[in-house]
Amino acid sequence: MDNSEIVIDIEHLKKSFGKTEILKDINLQVERGETVVTLGKSGTGKSVTLKCIVGLIYPDSGKVNVLGKDIPELTYEELQYIRKKIGFVFQSAALYDSMSVRENIEFPLDRNSDLDKNGITKRVEEVLSDVGLSDSIDKMPSELSGGMRKRLGVARTIALKPEIMLWDEPTTGLDPATAREISNLIVDMQKKYKVSSIVVTHDMICAKIVADRIVVLKDGTYANSGTYDELVKSDDEFVRSFFE
Amino acid sequence: MFNFLNTYFPKGIQNALIQIWGLAEFTERYFKEIFKPPYEIKELIRQFFQIGNKSLGLVGVTGFIIGFVLALQAIPTLQPFGATALIPAMISISIIREIGPVITGLICAGKIGSGIGAELGSMKVTEQIDAMEVSACNPFKFLVVTRITATTLMIPLLIIYADTIALIGGYIALSIVSDMSISLYFSQIFDTLTFEDIIPATVKTFFFGFTIGLVGSYKGYTADRGTESVGIAANTSVVVSSLMVIIWDMLAVQLTNILF
Ligand SMILES: Nc1ncnc2c1ncn2[C@@H]1O[C@H](COP(=O)(O)OP(=O)(O)OP(=O)(O)O)[C@@H](O)[C@H]1O
Ligand SMILES: [Mg+2]
Repeated sequence: MDNSEIVIDIEHLKKSFGKTEILKDINLQVERGETVVTLGKSGTGKSVTLKCIVGLIYPDSGKVNVLGKDIPELTYEELQYIRKKIGFVFQSAALYDSMSVRENIEFPLDRNSDLDKNGITKRVEEVLSDVGLSDSIDKMPSELSGGMRKRLGVARTIALKPEIMLWDEPTTGLDPATAREISNLIVDMQKKYKVSSIVVTHDMICAKIVADRIVVLKDGTYANSGTYDELVKSDDEFVRSFFE
Repeated sequence: MFNFLNTYFPKGIQNALIQIWGLAEFTERYFKEIFKPPYEIKELIRQFFQIGNKSLGLVGVTGFIIGFVLALQAIPTLQPFGATALIPAMISISIIREIGPVITGLICAGKIGSGIGAELGSMKVTEQIDAMEVSACNPFKFLVVTRITATTLMIPLLIIYADTIALIGGYIALSIVSDMSISLYFSQIFDTLTFEDIIPATVKTFFFGFTIGLVGSYKGYTADRGTESVGIAANTSVVVSSLMVIIWDMLAVQLTNILF
């Protein structure tokens, strides 16, 4: 037996909304320290899959096991406990409109870290400089541009130093240089803290930088998987369409 | 259970029952979470001041006009009989027991209820509530418990404030036709009012406050996806909480009549 540890284990996951079956048979295992990139057309259920992992959406059937716990079975308190170890970067950034940039990051830190007041201030400054937003610390989210909002969403999530990161299109709408910085950040976190990630993206530069493995979602199931280099050479037309 | 409902009840009644069930569950969760630490004191105080501050002007102006008009209406009826001295007693009883709480309650349902519904609704739609949820910050405690508690405590205060201003408005109307002094006016009021007038009238305002906070939070927190649901949340909050204010008032009057 190899000594790799599975941190996310999804088997035969199904989810329908009304009569439309979005996820039909999702199977995915993510090891500790591994970064898996998910490709797939818009509206195929990539975000829904991530939300099943954090218990925001409950699957109709199938197994969703994170860090050894079956997510759909947990009580609210147990779920909250697991969620402290998971970071989720929303596609829409989901910033707290009524709070400043600083408060957006402080909000979860105040409640879920052992840091004291000084520690929190230092952490806030550290993550803001990681995403290049140090100058905007006292602005309100409404004063930020789309890309800045996205980066703040990233900063807010990494501030908690989670063991598992779920990134929903972290680089969409960013310029190539910033996109590259965010991609490098994902790799850094993996190297430094052995963070496991699932990254949903359409950005192939990002995929190339971060992916240990790529899975392609099609018709409610992962139709193809492999490393970046394997998939680039694939003769499947659908897979190739992402790389062109 | 829903199959049973489908066969025996039309859609409208089904929806109403589902809403009532939802409100009951929300109430239960509120009482479970309010006593569990950590407490969101800072947010509670912020909500408390915001709710009070936002409504102070509107509630004050309305209160003044109610008292003023009530006295103006009473004067031509009572003056020919030389009974202007009865006016303080008459208007104070109607204001304290009924008109003050109900009108202020309805105004708060409109102003505060819709505000809470729209704010939480838009937080829901833009995934801010989900974001709190996944970062293990209990959004129910931070957003809902604080708002319901704030309205429960603040709306009774707003009603007392509106009652006071209404009584002052009544005095100003009265002073146009008579030379009654303000101290005589108020001493007559305090002579008339008994605990049976004041206690039930105050107790029901806590129910108004709780209901307005509860309905607004429930509608916002359970809003659907899509921006139009923010409008729907704000709108139905007002409709449902106004209706419930009137229902509470009716029950309170019935109950008072039985008890006293
Ligand atoms: N809470 C929900 N209720 C109803 N339908 C939903 C819900 N969440 C997602 N859907 C539907 O599920 C489908 C997949 O949505 P999802 O957001 O996962 O797409 P996606 O793969 O992330 O697409 P994109 O790349 O555009 O973000 C969509 O058709 C969407 O309308
Ligand atoms: Mg998506």
